[in-house]
Amino acid sequence: MAKEHSNVAYQVMWNRMISVVEEQAQALVRTAFSTSVREAGDLSAGVYDTKGNMLAQAVTGTPGHVNAMADAVAHFIRRIGRQNIMQGDVYITNDPWEGTGHLHDITMVTPSFHNDALVGFFACTAHIVDIGGRGFGADAASVYEEGLYIPIMKFAAGGEVDKTLVSIIRGNVREPDQLIGDIYALTTCNEIGHRRLIDMMEEFELDDLNGIGTFILENSRRATIERIAGLPRKEATGEMTVDGFSEPITLKVKLTIEEDRILSDFEGSSGLDKKGINCPLVYAKAYACYALKCAIAPEIPNNAASLAPFEITAPENSIVNALHPAPVALRHIVGHFVPDTVYDALDKILPNTVPAEGAGCLCNFQVSLRPRMDAPAPEDAVRSEVLTFNSGGSGARPLHDGLNATAFPSGVMTMPVEATEHAGPVIIWRKELRPDSGGAGAQRGGLGQYMEVGAREGHEFDIQAMFDRVDHPARGRQGGQNGAPTVIIQDDGTKMNGKGKQFVAHGRRVMMAFPGGAGYGNPSDRDAKLVHRDLVRGYISAKVAKNDYGMPDADIADILNTVKKGEAL
Amino acid sequence: MHKSSIRLGVDIGGTFTDVVLEIDAEQFSTKVLTTYAAPENAIIDGMHLVCNKAGIMPSDIQQIIHGTTLATNALIERRGAKTALITTQGFRDVIEMRTESRFEQYDLNLNLPEPLLPRQMRYTVEERVDAKGNVLIDLDRAKVEAVVDQIAEAGYKSVAVGLIHSYLNDEHEKMVREVLTEKLPDVMVSLSSEVSPQMREYERFNTVVANAYIKPLMKSYLGRLEGRLNNEGVTCKIFLMHSGGGIISIESAADFPVRLVESGPAGGAVFAANIAARYNLDKVLSFDMGGTTAKICLIKNQTPKTSRVFEVARTYRFKKGSGMPISIPVIDMVEIGAGGGSLAHLDSMRQIRVGPESAGSEPGPACYGRGGEKPAVTDADLVLGKLDPDNFAGGSIQLHTKNSAAALEAVLGKTLDMDAQTAAFGLAEVVDENMANAARVHAVENGEDLSEYTMIAFGGAAPLHAARLCEKLGVERLLVPPGAGVGSAIGFLRAPFSFEANRSVYMKLSDFNGSKIQNLLTDLKAESNGFVRNCDASAEILSEFKVYMRYSGQGWEIPIILTEEQAMNPDVDTFERLFEEDYTKLFGRPVEGLDIEITVWSVNATTPAEKVAPVTTLSAKMTADVDKQRQMFDPAQAAYLEASVVLRKQMANGAEAKGPAAITEEETTIIVPASRTAIRQPDGCIDVVVRT
Repeated sequence: MAKEHSNVAYQVMWNRMISVVEEQAQALVRTAFSTSVREAGDLSAGVYDTKGNMLAQAVTGTPGHVNAMADAVAHFIRRIGRQNIMQGDVYITNDPWEGTGHLHDITMVTPSFHNDALVGFFACTAHIVDIGGRGFGADAASVYEEGLYIPIMKFAAGGEVDKTLVSIIRGNVREPDQLIGDIYALTTCNEIGHRRLIDMMEEFELDDLNGIGTFILENSRRATIERIAGLPRKEATGEMTVDGFSEPITLKVKLTIEEDRILSDFEGSSGLDKKGINCPLVYAKAYACYALKCAIAPEIPNNAASLAPFEITAPENSIVNALHPAPVALRHIVGHFVPDTVYDALDKILPNTVPAEGAGCLCNFQVSLRPRMDAPAPEDAVRSEVLTFNSGGSGARPLHDGLNATAFPSGVMTMPVEATEHAGPVIIWRKELRPDSGGAGAQRGGLGQYMEVGAREGHEFDIQAMFDRVDHPARGRQGGQNGAPTVIIQDDGTKMNGKGKQFVAHGRRVMMAFPGGAGYGNPSDRDAKLVHRDLVRGYISAKVAKNDYGMPDADIADILNTVKKGEAL
Repeated sequence: MHKSSIRLGVDIGGTFTDVVLEIDAEQFSTKVLTTYAAPENAIIDGMHLVCNKAGIMPSDIQQIIHGTTLATNALIERRGAKTALITTQGFRDVIEMRTESRFEQYDLNLNLPEPLLPRQMRYTVEERVDAKGNVLIDLDRAKVEAVVDQIAEAGYKSVAVGLIHSYLNDEHEKMVREVLTEKLPDVMVSLSSEVSPQMREYERFNTVVANAYIKPLMKSYLGRLEGRLNNEGVTCKIFLMHSGGGIISIESAADFPVRLVESGPAGGAVFAANIAARYNLDKVLSFDMGGTTAKICLIKNQTPKTSRVFEVARTYRFKKGSGMPISIPVIDMVEIGAGGGSLAHLDSMRQIRVGPESAGSEPGPACYGRGGEKPAVTDADLVLGKLDPDNFAGGSIQLHTKNSAAALEAVLGKTLDMDAQTAAFGLAEVVDENMANAARVHAVENGEDLSEYTMIAFGGAAPLHAARLCEKLGVERLLVPPGAGVGSAIGFLRAPFSFEANRSVYMKLSDFNGSKIQNLLTDLKAESNGFVRNCDASAEILSEFKVYMRYSGQGWEIPIILTEEQAMNPDVDTFERLFEEDYTKLFGRPVEGLDIEITVWSVNATTPAEKVAPVTTLSAKMTADVDKQRQMFDPAQAAYLEASVVLRKQMANGAEAKGPAAITEEETTIIVPASRTAIRQPDGCIDVVVRT
């Protein structure tokens, strides 16, 4: 007979479960091999009840995974079959539609048994650097070209790892040790979560998670609905256009706020792109939900109940609801623009709440290095895949400037240059802020950044560009100006595209300028002290101080002189 | 006649400066208010107070060991010198761009902490070293001179130099220093390859900037202190406690002041380690809870666990990532915003949240009756009967239970439909659970099982909560030492001379090079031993060898301890075996078929730990005198029970107070729950164990 628990005990247990999943995520960071997981934190971890409802999720992780993974476990239960779920099992998939949106995310689920009864599941997801196929990039015409597909299946059955599966995986990817290492890391992280959950259940004499699950979900649902009920019952539409791959993409959303839910309908958005920047609904949904939660109910933890009132729909085979077999490798590009689209609508319902547009999608690139082929390569030249995550500026907020070179909406970190250069024969020659790139405004957009990348002597490489906002910079809000667009070019002036795999010859460098966030409010309303500060720090040039903010020449000269003398502190 | 040992330990904290004078085994201690403008004044006052108590002259003192929060505070309050950074062209903004992420993902109005040096104070030079330590672009002396001219014009007092991959090749950093010293002899210089020769530019640059930023301040303070002490007749040497739990010379401290950050808490860990040695305990969890924060540290084999990086000056609810990383050898502690003054509120899910906001001393918790309206941890403790309202802080502060109850009801009880007692129970459980969670996570990260541990608790609020934490963590034994109020300063007196030298050098086990390892470790040994030799010309020096290893391709290294024999005669199979054993312990199973690599090498030179007089644990011999009885809440039973109140000073050796009981003393109260019993030990420790 299960013990009765007080409200105080449930409060303690809820805290504990959040701590359990956080530990689960930290274990993954510490054991993972891909830089995307271990340095950048592109992962997620959570605990679920026996029906697949998410009860708690680690704070560590990125929103695209966070919300997408919420739905994943139900697919696992359905595919594996309740009767086939045994102790010692570990399940795996990289299905873009039943996992987290592209083949490069491996999701693993482990059933949790207590006293021989199934009590719940642990799931975790990580972005791995390579899954075979054409490599991480937008060039595929269908998901079949994007790499190895692993349907939902058992990775381990009753504690025995499926060696056939391991061989197939090893034979299909460029960095097999790294990938197998990551799969083991994911397994370990679920195992650690499971052990800690069982400790908790023993301490509180729980036979199952029903009581605590109900407590968590009911409190979360009530809190979320209270927030929604406090909003004006209105509807509004939002829209934005970005570069896309072959042609510009338009994202459209209609937001409807009802008493106990918010509907986001993406009717009217562009259709599929021919190349791999299409987004499965699960991932678009994750970011729409994230955007709304940030603005409306930021402190309510993610779980099945707190996410449920945010309902997202989109026409089939639109860019935000790509169906199999559309190519989806770079689904993050469209996904990362979903929040700005949602905010375009939400700003009309809740003014003075949401930021102006920002860089949006991460400014990622992957380089595939190899010994030079145009001339004899040195003996120690190697092949290597190096992925980097970088950020432009975020949009200015109603009361604050945008953040310089900081990811939004994504939650990942950049990798240290020194760590990246140990991962392969790549050289990052420059990684620093890009002055004048933040859109002018009463609040200035965050600065983008400059990067320059080349290879070590004796190597050439392909760069897989995953950039947007070349032709469509971030748009200002309430009179704020646009952020600076993306620029990509080789050091000898050779033009390059914002997206796709492009060859870079021995000795050449790629010069990149990542976009700035847009401004908020009229630049003439900007606090003069802040313009002064920006000039001192070199966030803006003398030219921008004069042209955009109307600072007199004499003041500019004075300020620059105090900087030289070290007086402008 | 036997010549006495006379030593002075001094800990400058945020509120109090603690001074402990030790003459052989006898201690004289005092607390004086910290004098911010001239911190040395409080030391001089405190020193005279304890010298008078002991009837000695300052000139009789043979050694002074000092730890201070001044370095930490200067970083938190941004009170450092006018400092410039010289870095590699293309990397001017490393310390500002941080990790390019938001430490709180759901806050649209989040602002990131400003870097220590704003952008105009960061200069670049054209140069480049690659990831193998080879020079890609030479550093041109003329270009350095041009930058140094700009630095001269702007009038900087201190310069940090941080170049890419300098932990592999420090030639360029040294050349920058050469030019600086030549042209600007009065400017202080700090090199990242000396302050923190470790991979990851953000951490290394931030560490060297922090060092440069506080160097002039700390150098001048240490100089003044030495002068003042000399004027008072002190002739002995002065040493400084460092963050790694050892002591260094005043000269080394002035060169590497960033190593003084968190030296106070490090003293606390050393204090606990010393008690662990007395009781011959190999697995100890130290728990230090004060007014605003709680600190938890693992002490294995009587040595506090150390780490290579930590975060200082967190700006956002103590949240990970909201401070700045400092990579230096440091005692590995978790600090959370949970103290006696931490305030409770309800969040939108009607969950009780406690801290990190603290009531401070003004207005203080509601029970102080100074206008505090929000319930603090102390209010819950009072309502639950853990504190005596008429006898708090030795009777100096009258507590008002009514105010506590009112605050608990208003802020928590009304919404949750709880009376004050239940709300107090909820509050106390939440704060205890927060601390227990922090301890659990810390243990798991280190692959440790806390049920095998003994807890040692000190700090004003710790004894009130320690036993409940033990219940939650499955810890069976708790020791509460005497003198816990000045624990850090006592810890300073127990600390060895020590210095840890680190170097980042990559080596895969498939490329194992025994003679290279031997040379590297021999160099590090010489470097670290040199610092200790500076402090003591003749003492025995022990070298502790540690390498950080991981599977090739991972980002997180685990520390592997080597014996001197294993370090000096490196053998690839031994390295592999040691790594796989530890990896399995941490993560369950090794990864088959992958290469293993070593990333960081470290040698800690230390004088041997002071010999301790072992304590023979007494079992209960008699029942302690009960001063009175009062109702006290027992969280494990979720009910009020009749508890005995016992005066600590009246407990004789072997006296037992069975739980539920409260053992009171001037500074604090030890709560013994119904599940435990407490026995006074010969060294004055109260030993709280599971009741059989």
